[in-house]
Amino acid sequence: MIGRIAAFGRLGLDIVSSFGRSGRFLAGVLGGVPRPATGFPLLVKQLYAVGVLSLAIIVVSGLFIGMVLGLQGYTILSDYGSEAAIGQMIALTLVRELGPVVTALLFAGRAGSALTAEIGLMKATEQLSSMEMMGVDPLRRVIAPRLWAGFIAMPVLAVIFSVVGIWGGMLVGVDWLGVFEGSFWGNMQSSVDFVDDVLNGVIKSVVFGFVCAWIAVYQGYDCVPTSAGISTATTKTVVYSSLAVLGLDFVLTAVMFGDF
Amino acid sequence: MAQRTTEIIVGLFMIAGCAALLVLALQVSGLSPKSAESTYTIYANFNDTGGLTPRGRVSMAGVTVGTIESISLNKETFQAQVEMSIHSDVDNIPSDSSAVIRTSGLLGEQYIDISIGAEMDSLKEGDTFYSTQSAMNLERLISNFASGR
Repeated sequence: MIGRIAAFGRLGLDIVSSFGRSGRFLAGVLGGVPRPATGFPLLVKQLYAVGVLSLAIIVVSGLFIGMVLGLQGYTILSDYGSEAAIGQMIALTLVRELGPVVTALLFAGRAGSALTAEIGLMKATEQLSSMEMMGVDPLRRVIAPRLWAGFIAMPVLAVIFSVVGIWGGMLVGVDWLGVFEGSFWGNMQSSVDFVDDVLNGVIKSVVFGFVCAWIAVYQGYDCVPTSAGISTATTKTVVYSSLAVLGLDFVLTAVMFGDF
Repeated sequence: MAQRTTEIIVGLFMIAGCAALLVLALQVSGLSPKSAESTYTIYANFNDTGGLTPRGRVSMAGVTVGTIESISLNKETFQAQVEMSIHSDVDNIPSDSSAVIRTSGLLGEQYIDISIGAEMDSLKEGDTFYSTQSAMNLERLISNFASGR
């Protein structure tokens, strides 16, 4: 009995200390501002790995999600004879919710897990500690560019996702099902507001980018330096990122779009 | 891969992101570069605003000429005071015009339609519509009809 209580207490302490370590870790990464001359090439390389290489999955899923939204929306809306509202439906769903959230989930699976595995392997093969021996701060050299790359790439990917999705919806709605193109765009433009809808969506994706990149690099940096440890850390990255994104999405939606 | 190639690809990626944001701004949300044009504010008091909401449109002969800024309760008259901003190039609304709340379609959103008066004077910044017509309330209409009034 006492043993169980102790185990429970240990669990709580572990959670709290893990939060504390990740906070100190974040402060260490953000506190050490890299010199532009050395930091910039590293950042570009990570932006390529994290952003450009994720582009394919983002574009393809955006296209299909937009097309599915177009089809589903058309079948429901045509019951009420208001299939012209399909543009508004697709645009609002994508810009407000699906763009940031689905991009973040795909990003966590595609880029976040790769970041964790890479950093975890660096730790397991003692590359990080040998950097420290050479007097190079691994937080600045390895972690910071990856964190910033995730932070910058996510909003870009989310915006591209939304645009491709809207284009896919137009493909199905206008070109295939024959919704009048003028009312498709007109309804969309009259209901989507740039600041309230588009910019709030971008703010969401900035937050998600930050959280996903943070979780990914922290899990890599904090992993148990064995092969089993790396695999656990990679799993944790995907699970925690997805849960954090969905939870934060509810909070952000409540703050941005809930009237209270 | 050479550093330079990577830089170029990442640059294209960032440009694609900016272009996508531009598409969202111009094509999807219909943000026109002129949208920061100057406006003037006029008011209208309604007995019942129904489902009118801020950001709704104000139109004249079906053409959008402004937006609804805010809706608040006037505590003295117990009427709803609607503040709307009208594009300043529409500066000749006759002062005896009336503001009417209409619904686009049977179930569509509500908006304010300005029906034109005949007076030579026009409404200025801060003026209030003399006559208004409140939202058509379908339930009240039906209950009036059913009770034979």
